[in-house]
Amino acid sequence: MNLQIIDMAHVSLRELNTTLQKPGDASEATNWEVINSKGSHAIAVGLDAPIDVTIKGSTGYYCAGMNKQATIRVKGSAGPGVAENMMSGTVIIDGDASQYAGATGHGGLLVIKGNASSRCGISMKGIDIVVHGNIGHMSAFMAQSGNLVVLGDAGDALGDSLYEARLFVRGKVKSLGADCVEKEMRPEHIAILKDLLARSGADAKPEEFKRYGSARQLYNFHIDNASNY
Amino acid sequence: MCGIVGLFIKDPSLRPELGSMLTDMLITMSDRGPDSAGIAIYGVDTDNRTKITVQSNAPEVEFAGLDSDLGDAISGPVSMRINDTHAVLEMSDDIAAAAREALAEIRPSLRIMSAGDIIEIYKEVGLPKDVAARFQLSQMGGSHGIGHTRMATESAVTTMGAHPFSTGPDQCLVHNGSLSNHNSLRRKLIRNGMVFETDNDSEVAAAYLTDKMRQGCNLGEAMEASLQDLDGFFTFVIGTKAGFGVLRDPIACKPAVMAETAQYVAFGSEYRALVNLPGIDAARVWEPEPATVYFWEH
Repeated sequence: MNLQIIDMAHVSLRELNTTLQKPGDASEATNWEVINSKGSHAIAVGLDAPIDVTIKGSTGYYCAGMNKQATIRVKGSAGPGVAENMMSGTVIIDGDASQYAGATGHGGLLVIKGNASSRCGISMKGIDIVVHGNIGHMSAFMAQSGNLVVLGDAGDALGDSLYEARLFVRGKVKSLGADCVEKEMRPEHIAILKDLLARSGADAKPEEFKRYGSARQLYNFHIDNASNY
Repeated sequence: MCGIVGLFIKDPSLRPELGSMLTDMLITMSDRGPDSAGIAIYGVDTDNRTKITVQSNAPEVEFAGLDSDLGDAISGPVSMRINDTHAVLEMSDDIAAAAREALAEIRPSLRIMSAGDIIEIYKEVGLPKDVAARFQLSQMGGSHGIGHTRMATESAVTTMGAHPFSTGPDQCLVHNGSLSNHNSLRRKLIRNGMVFETDNDSEVAAAYLTDKMRQGCNLGEAMEASLQDLDGFFTFVIGTKAGFGVLRDPIACKPAVMAETAQYVAFGSEYRALVNLPGIDAARVWEPEPATVYFWEH
């Protein structure tokens, strides 16, 4: 295992990230623990190795941004923009996540065990996001691909101007955004959900969810609307 | 971008620590607002006494003999506590209105920061740590307080442009965001008799709430109404004699975190501002909902 502990009371943020970003070889530590995070910004960003990083506390803006390959766990809550633009790997938040969690993410899995606030998965491009609690308004705005799974409720304007991302919500949806509609749950969607729920340790059955997606009415310009411009 | 901190003390034994806790929170928010800082402290209520906090750019000259000059002008005793560029004048309630008028006569260049039974506002241009040090904010006690670190976007970097803004007795407001309809709203409020010291958008929000409360709304109702009438981005923390309120606009892109324990309710623009509070690890920590009125009163 070779666990190494980094204490942010003594190590600067830049030093921490430089250490975690170093290309590892087999002899080096693959398990890291970060203590005294105290809500600092940009912890464990830009990682690109199959290492395991546990942050023992809450984090500020942009934790785990641009992650590739690494598994990053936050034993607390995360501030705005957690796992923003993630490419691959896994990010697990034990508490809540603030606004725009997983924004623009291209790949990997983001698990939020508490609630996520507004704009969760905004402009997501292939990331999978599983939220055990509720999500706030304007989530999955302009989401392009990937899956957003919500065990609780969704706020206003879910999936506004959605492209091809799949949205699965078990609870209530306060309102759907423009061009987002409920869609039929087919066997292939049940299979996707089953896998994501299992991988994110979520205690829920795929059959309990509804699927939402794009009505694809905003993809092309309608000549009938020309007079509005 | 700006930083906001707020603390509402529930456990009276923490009251002497209000200033030191708020100062630590305020300094943590320096990089959200390094150009000016301010704090409103709600301290001890002395029966039938009013406090007027004034600011001067030439305190040596203008505060000299101010208590006796003002006392002579309004025929009543006035006490004065000087704190750097600010001074807190205290007099009995029945002569407080006359005192405000007299101040404009005898010291026309003094600026009134706040007036009320318990509120004191201290604000200046400069790094939050320097502003906190010059007023010895950490030494102050009280039941609740609000602090602000400013990064100006809508108006000049001046003492009067710093937050908190106080537009009514024991009332104050701090703001992170920007309002887009403040000019038209200011004109309406002027017609209702409100007086403005600056071109600042946040002062309009403060005056809006004061105006609503003058019309008979309580704080909650005034905050509810502001969701209809204010256009723009805001996270507000609002102080009154009894407590404080929190309000975010419906889009809620300006950050806010709250924490509550048996001892206090705390507000921070970021969680970083709260990390040194006692018992924070066991506190209930949450993000206030958009377009939702929160307030706590003693």
